[in-house]
Amino acid sequence: MKKILDRVLGSTLLPGLSFLLAFSISGFVIALSDSKVLKLVGSPGKFLGTALATVGNAYLALFQGSIYDPNLARGHGFLQGLYPLSETIVTATPLILTGLAVALAFQSGLFNIGAQGQFIFGAIAASYVGFHVTLTPVLHVLLALFAGIASAAVWGGIVGLLKARTGAHEVIVTIMMNYIAGFFILWILKTTTFLRHGRIDPIAPEVHQSAQLPHLAGPNFRLHAGILIALATAALVWWLLNRTTIGFRFRAVGANAAAAKTAGISVATVTIATMALCGALAGLGGAVHVLGSEYALTADIAGSFGFDAITVALLGRARPLGTVFAALLFGALRTGGRTMQANTTTPLDIVLVIQALIVLFIAAPTLIRFILRIKNLKTQDAIKSKGWNG
Amino acid sequence: MSLELKGITKSFGPLVANDSIDLFVNDGEILAILGENGAGKSTLMNIVYGLLAADSGEILVDGKAVTINEPRDALSAGIGMVHQHFMLIPVFTVLENIVLGHEATSKLGALNLVQAREKLLALATDFGFTIDPDALIEDLPVGVQQRVEILKALMYDAKILILDEPTAVLTPQETDELLEVIKRLRAQGSSVIFISHKLREVKALADRITVIRRGKVVGSAAPSASQEELASLMVGRAVNLAPDRTPHTIGDVVLKVEGLTVSDPTGRALVKAVSFDLRGGEVLAIAGVQGNGQSELAQAIINLEDHVHGSILLDDKEIVGLSVHQSLHEGIAYIPESREEDGLISSFSIADNLILDTHREPPYAKGISLSPSAIETEAALKAEEFDIRAQSIKDPASSLSGGNKQKVVLARELSRPVKLLVASQPTRGLDVGSIEFVHERILAERDAGRAVLLFSTELDEVLALADRIAVMYAGQILAIVDATVSREKLGLLMAGVVE
Repeated sequence: MKKILDRVLGSTLLPGLSFLLAFSISGFVIALSDSKVLKLVGSPGKFLGTALATVGNAYLALFQGSIYDPNLARGHGFLQGLYPLSETIVTATPLILTGLAVALAFQSGLFNIGAQGQFIFGAIAASYVGFHVTLTPVLHVLLALFAGIASAAVWGGIVGLLKARTGAHEVIVTIMMNYIAGFFILWILKTTTFLRHGRIDPIAPEVHQSAQLPHLAGPNFRLHAGILIALATAALVWWLLNRTTIGFRFRAVGANAAAAKTAGISVATVTIATMALCGALAGLGGAVHVLGSEYALTADIAGSFGFDAITVALLGRARPLGTVFAALLFGALRTGGRTMQANTTTPLDIVLVIQALIVLFIAAPTLIRFILRIKNLKTQDAIKSKGWNG
Repeated sequence: MSLELKGITKSFGPLVANDSIDLFVNDGEILAILGENGAGKSTLMNIVYGLLAADSGEILVDGKAVTINEPRDALSAGIGMVHQHFMLIPVFTVLENIVLGHEATSKLGALNLVQAREKLLALATDFGFTIDPDALIEDLPVGVQQRVEILKALMYDAKILILDEPTAVLTPQETDELLEVIKRLRAQGSSVIFISHKLREVKALADRITVIRRGKVVGSAAPSASQEELASLMVGRAVNLAPDRTPHTIGDVVLKVEGLTVSDPTGRALVKAVSFDLRGGEVLAIAGVQGNGQSELAQAIINLEDHVHGSILLDDKEIVGLSVHQSLHEGIAYIPESREEDGLISSFSIADNLILDTHREPPYAKGISLSPSAIETEAALKAEEFDIRAQSIKDPASSLSGGNKQKVVLARELSRPVKLLVASQPTRGLDVGSIEFVHERILAERDAGRAVLLFSTELDEVLALADRIAVMYAGQILAIVDATVSREKLGLLMAGVVE
């Protein structure tokens, strides 16, 4: 029992502390960036009170915007108050999948910056199957999801192939592939196949009802089945990594490619398979996003899901469960941030500050140890990815 | 000058590397510090040279306490050090390396090497070295690089010279020459601290021997002590230095290598048209100074090398061009030269390291699904059989000592059906006890009728294990000789001299 407790503490203590520390420091930033507070610098008593109130209001708004809003519950019942939570989960769903795409690559020692491009390809393919094909409901969704997975797997697999065959570094290649994907979606939304009839702004037709993911909590909430897909995928990735021969090889190559090679594991095969799988994960993210909440492909469909994925995977220490929690946290910060901006004088950018601080502390465990004077804080190995010559 | 250490203690976390060590070196004396890898010899010397700070203790030079916080302090106290891994800049010349950190400049700040050059040449003449001050370090043989290190210490008037495992990288001839140089240093009044775990050299050179075990001085000995006495002092128990070799029968040819050439990606041949036969029940040692193509030859046999021409027949089957996985499963056990880099995944558990090669096979996997319980059961059995000492087989491999790491590699490689064992530097960096174990396992494989290809730079190991010895020099096999050959002849061959 103590062992289990130690392990849980060991893996949650650092993220937990980083989280608290980030919120504390952001509190100062919120207070000091507020003009009302700054005017009161001369009178210490009032200054402190106002500062605390400002910070408190900001964080309260953040909570109300992301988890539970009593104002919404008033007159409509407790459940309606949970609308923000539904929004948080909707935002987190694609992030879980793109986060997994980056985390899985980390486990194989690869740095997948390409989740953005892979997401875009998944979204394009799912959207196309969704609005172009006519099929019975369940089959249609499945086919659309599959199309998203398959096309992004090819897109990601190309990176693996280039790395395995020519040694091209995956960071450079995925960055470039992101550009290609970004411009490809701009172009394709101008073609007659994709551009919605009668529109000139880049938007595709909505996917048929038969291709949409079902809502989970009725029409009042946007919460859709994508979260179940994301959670099941996270479980699958965990199983793949920890309980299968394939995952064993992925981890072996990630931890020490030279030793893996010497023991007869093909590093090239692992590299290609990893990148294809990562593509598939991010592509599924794109597909779920289109079929679950957006329905129509737009030029900025990917938002920053592919880039935030890197932060999410780092925060989740490249582990599937950690990635799920990190994605939920980011989803909450993002949705809550909007409410915070609307209801208080604190700008949305503060959310970015909080995100950045959390990541900073997670990425530098020594810093946390130094700030909090913790000795012998057990931390897992830092996530490794190869240098430019790897 | 004399040097005395009093109560030097240094801990790294829970590990006490030096536990109140006392020792002294008299003026004009050669003191050998003998101890196994990890006994704390290098830590102690790094403290004396100012690279590490002691937790407590005193350093006295000529009876006066000195404070040494950095190498500069050590140098001005007259202490010089030649490290195991040379501290030279390969793309600089000899002279540039020697003045590094002590550059004399003209008034305008330009580098002035005239005086340094004169002093260097005078010093070299004194010791009978021939050295070109303008040669680039990277172009010089290792033995000469070491002389540059020694000269560098002497240039700044070191009267006490610390040599940390200086013979590890040298050929037998170069070693003999180094020992002569050290004796000449003594004759000129320098004191020398010679750190080694090689009994033969220590006996040949030292005036006095201090033995360190697990961070403590456990005794001293005169050079007249026998090797067995010194070894048991070093290890803490009686040691069998020469493994028992029972008579055995030699079988059919298992490995036939013909015209094997291995090149690097630029097309430079590192192994040049090598041919040899190896029979079952036979140990063929490939001797030679490090870097003469042995590593590439060993890797080519399991197809880890990319640019290979020629033929390797294992039981009459061509294996060149197979994948590493296929080669291993044709019946080759492979002990890589570097356990840490190529042998083990240090963040993986011991159990996982034991199945790196066979994780796809039953009982470890059903389909693609791994079976953790089977993996752990088998690992426990192997840990027992190979005497792997760990708290738990679920601990990461990084928690093991060098000897236990090598046992994990051995256990993994010998648990497949094996026709041929390729062992590359299998005892490098191991303690005497582990060396015994590895040697016994290798001979057990031979006695069981398997072919053993042993790559070793240690003459003692080669002579103790081999039935035949092939000497590699500059990518070629210069000669294959019987194991009864003399050390001198082997030494000459290793230096590339064929009579």
